[in-house]
Amino acid sequence: MKHIVVGAGPAGVVAAETLRKLQASADVTLIGDEPEAPYSRMALPYYLVKQIAEEGTHLRKGADHFAKHGITVKQDRVSAINRAQKQVSLASGEVLAYDKLLLATGSRPVAPPIPGMDLPGIFSCWTLADARNIAARAKPGAKVLLMGAGFIGCIILEALAQSGAELTVVEMEGRMVPRMMNDTAGNMIKDWCESRGVKVHTSTRVTGITKGTAHPLSAALSTGQQLEVDLIVSATGVRPNIGFLQGTGLETGQGILINRHMQTNDPNIFAAGDVAEGRDFSTGESSVQAIQPTATEHAQLAARNMVGQQGAIHRGSVNMNVLDTLGLISSSFGLWMGKPGGDSAELLNRDRFRYLNLQFDGEVLVGATSLGMTQHVGVLRGLIQTKTRLGKWKDRLLEDPTRLMEAYLGSTQAVGFNAALLK
Amino acid sequence: MLKALQLEPEKCTGCLQCEMACSYENEAVFNPSKSRIKVFNFHDEGRFAPYTCSQCSEAWCMHACPVEAIVINQQTGAKEVIEDVCVGCKVCTIACPFGTGNYNSDSGKVIKCDLCGGDPACATACPTGAITYVDADHTGLARMKAHAGQSIPKN
Ligand SMILES: Cc1cc2nc3c(=O)[nH]c(=O)nc-3n(C[C@H](O)[C@H](O)[C@H](O)COP(=O)(O)OP(=O)(O)OC[C@H]3O[C@@H](n4cnc5c(N)ncnc54)[C@H](O)[C@@H]3O)c2cc1C
Ligand code: SF4
Repeated sequence: MKHIVVGAGPAGVVAAETLRKLQASADVTLIGDEPEAPYSRMALPYYLVKQIAEEGTHLRKGADHFAKHGITVKQDRVSAINRAQKQVSLASGEVLAYDKLLLATGSRPVAPPIPGMDLPGIFSCWTLADARNIAARAKPGAKVLLMGAGFIGCIILEALAQSGAELTVVEMEGRMVPRMMNDTAGNMIKDWCESRGVKVHTSTRVTGITKGTAHPLSAALSTGQQLEVDLIVSATGVRPNIGFLQGTGLETGQGILINRHMQTNDPNIFAAGDVAEGRDFSTGESSVQAIQPTATEHAQLAARNMVGQQGAIHRGSVNMNVLDTLGLISSSFGLWMGKPGGDSAELLNRDRFRYLNLQFDGEVLVGATSLGMTQHVGVLRGLIQTKTRLGKWKDRLLEDPTRLMEAYLGSTQAVGFNAALLK
Repeated sequence: MLKALQLEPEKCTGCLQCEMACSYENEAVFNPSKSRIKVFNFHDEGRFAPYTCSQCSEAWCMHACPVEAIVINQQTGAKEVIEDVCVGCKVCTIACPFGTGNYNSDSGKVIKCDLCGGDPACATACPTGAITYVDADHTGLARMKAHAGQSIPKN
């Protein structure tokens, strides 16, 4: 059996390792086009603030890790797929045959359609190469403009602020992290960041960038303000890497369309991670979630299906994020915005930056948002994904959502074989 | 033979010796808020439930970690956080559906039960036998695992 995995991010690496584990005799080849050892984008913020060295971002430690596990790693770019011949062509000219092919090519940043984006000193924070560029420029005291306060933007915000830069953030929408947090939580995060010296402009767009006079770059804002800065970091969204599939007949929407076996419309080709449009647990619809836990979940399932495990059916990934903005920790899960006809419980303490919002569909938790909560956060995922019927605990939670752990233990039996006593 | 922590809530009196022992063993302070095992108080029922990581075989935390900071201890089967490698991204804390990995803002890292390398301090400290360290094929434990296992489908 010849397995080829395209893309050496977390999805590709986990899939290659799972394939190796499941099929000791198979050929497993992992092809990635970045000139680095396989690394994790998620670790880049910690590299930016020098908490870790470059090696700390590597997905697997030890230079011989992949060789030791019999996984061939190639630094090359897949430029074309020949489905009829079951071959991939690489940029180097090499042609490789596959029995099963996994596409785990991730996504790439999208630049906002404004003039001046090609000026020097403007970077995305998406690759290790980007991070090196930003690290060299985000010195203490440097003036930095961050475009976009979505999830990724906010993660970079933390790193830029920590590196001592004088930071201004511009977000088009009316609140921070608009696709992960409701108005209450998004605005509390904004208040928190501002109280810690970061300037945040929401409902504001950068309309164009030109060369500056006092500083290298000058950004025009939709408010009419002109902002001179040393560095601009762009985090205005990403798009799946599907360009190389043109003409292959593989079905794509926003990402590569896959069924519940992680399979494309070609039964020998699978997709996983940021590039795949897989099933969302909460909606049952397909969507590109573009988060790390989903990438690794996809990857394990794809590998199991590539070796023919028919039972490995994707039940859907729960969309979830955890964020640390200058020490304020927030998380959101599933249908955090609620479900039509559902009800919710909420606890808010603005002064202490504490917030917990639970969304129910009948007796079942379907979504949640938290601010300032670090203990046992995972049970929010657990309750959502198990569709646990909360029974009398639902009413208790409506009264006091902080009794979450009691509700979890009281209704799941996860604690021990006598836990039913607690019901 | 792998061993595992068996938790029996009906034997727990809520004395919190386990939390004290855990925080002392792992953080060198007597501070229940730093404990990796927690005793939950069910006021209405007048009952208590000790709760910690069951070292589940799905290892959601380990698979979600972006930097390989969670590894299996081959001797004990525990999923251990390597503090030097952990970057504190907290993804494991939302990935664990049992909520047993917690972020420690003092250290900027995540802490979770590691079975104390094979001699869990909580089990030693528990005066009532509500926490015991038993062979993994112990019948009670098998039932406990079966209950935990039914909560999340494997795929
Ligand atoms: C700064 C930052 C912080 C983040 N923080 C979080 C977080 O806290 N939590 C979270 O859940 N997610 C986070 N993410 C998102 C997370 O990193 C992604 O969801 C994850 O990387 C997806 O993994 P993947 O393997 O699908 O794709 P990628 O990691 O993008 O890997 C795909 C690889 O394939 C390569 N490739 C593309 N096309 C080809 C080709 N034709 N041939 C060969 N190789 C190709 C790409 O160059 C890339 O190396 C963060 C991302 C960034 C940038
Ligand atoms: S917090 Fe640490 S152990 Fe947990 S996923 Fe992140 S790096 Fe890994």
